[in-house]
Amino acid sequence: MSGLHPPTPGQTVGPFFHYGMQYPGGLELVAPHSPGAIVLHGRVLDGAGEPVPDAQLELWQADAAGRVPRAAGSLRRDGITFTGFGRTATDVEGRYRFWTVNPGPIAGSTPFIAAIVYARGLQNKLHTRIYLPDDAAALASDPVLRGLEPDERATLIAERTAEGWLRHDIRLQGERETVFLAFD
Amino acid sequence: MTDTQAQISAEIAARHEAAHEAIRRSGAPAPTGPLLDFDPYRSSILRHPTKNPKLVDPETIELTSPAFGRLDVAEIESDLTVQHSGEPLGQRIIVSGRLLDGAGRPVRNQLVEIWQANAGGRYVHQRDQHPAPLDPNFTGAGRCLTDSDGGYRFTTIKPGAYPWRNHANAWRPAHIHFSLFGDAFTQRIVTQMYFPGDPLFGLDPIYQSIPDQAARDRLVSVYDHELTEPEWALGYRWDIILTGSRATWTEPEGGEA
Repeated sequence: MSGLHPPTPGQTVGPFFHYGMQYPGGLELVAPHSPGAIVLHGRVLDGAGEPVPDAQLELWQADAAGRVPRAAGSLRRDGITFTGFGRTATDVEGRYRFWTVNPGPIAGSTPFIAAIVYARGLQNKLHTRIYLPDDAAALASDPVLRGLEPDERATLIAERTAEGWLRHDIRLQGERETVFLAFD
Repeated sequence: MTDTQAQISAEIAARHEAAHEAIRRSGAPAPTGPLLDFDPYRSSILRHPTKNPKLVDPETIELTSPAFGRLDVAEIESDLTVQHSGEPLGQRIIVSGRLLDGAGRPVRNQLVEIWQANAGGRYVHQRDQHPAPLDPNFTGAGRCLTDSDGGYRFTTIKPGAYPWRNHANAWRPAHIHFSLFGDAFTQRIVTQMYFPGDPLFGLDPIYQSIPDQAARDRLVSVYDHELTEPEWALGYRWDIILTGSRATWTEPEGGEA
């Protein structure tokens, strides 16, 4: 884009981000087991299919009615206000989980959760999306998904579990590598 | 850990040459960020995507950003030297600058988070094996909100360089990790701020993962005597430019959600 100043480059979060970035309640966008609450969970895997135990994930999403949250308070949760932002680190088995809600459609668009992945060994952030699997027609009409091959598309759509939760793995490299996004 | 610094440095030079050759051939501008596929940083080998990212138009939620406010951050969190009962050891410094979008406009009321090693180059983290002393008066994590001019300001201790196990005798240049939010989620960045004139710059595969010298220079703070406080602390200035400009998207239903 012309007329813009060149941006400051990103750098890896390194191995020691936990005490700088993690905070109590980071993974609880809503109170656990509250009405409408679901768990979004999965693993972050490397190019050998091994778990990444030092990755960090951030979510940013609409509320269940498809409204964009405007409230502050993600760092000091009050257990009531939906701020739409969550952050967690993977555990030693590469697993992550969030308590959240299914995002509603914003102005009729296909609902997805915006996600960013960071890790030791990953030089810069990676943007991706986590789509809800339930509405096939909505997924078929989404402009980003429409531009992908079927195997690529599958990497952006979460799986609905028997509990009504969402399961979604993120693969940094290799077979079934997650589709990551760059923005115009 | 058999690789020597000479091997790593030769790999860095080769990767830079290849990147610059690709730029010359394509006529495209130099990339403004790090190369994700940059194997002199050994931990990156299995952790970088092999496919190019899909270039898309940001939509809906991506055009907005989480809000942070006084609820989230206490004033005192911007001073990393007052978190314990005593004074931390090391050189007290002030790190200050502005958070701007690509059009040079201030990003106001947004969250800035930092974390860093202590003066001896040791992180408060159980996996940091560096046999340098922990400082009981220094944790090394801080936060603030940008002001109405996009300004931020931290008081802290100058971090030490620290050794890591990328290769034999590997040392990271002194740095402070920064995490920043913009007006759109697409502008989010996590990066590292360095100090001017560090002799380790040329040797470091993380700093050198950015092939363009001008882009690397944007990660280096400048000493600013105007910011230095007499009898108290040295000042370093560092401005941060986010990608793109402020989102123009507004919620179509006009509701105050």
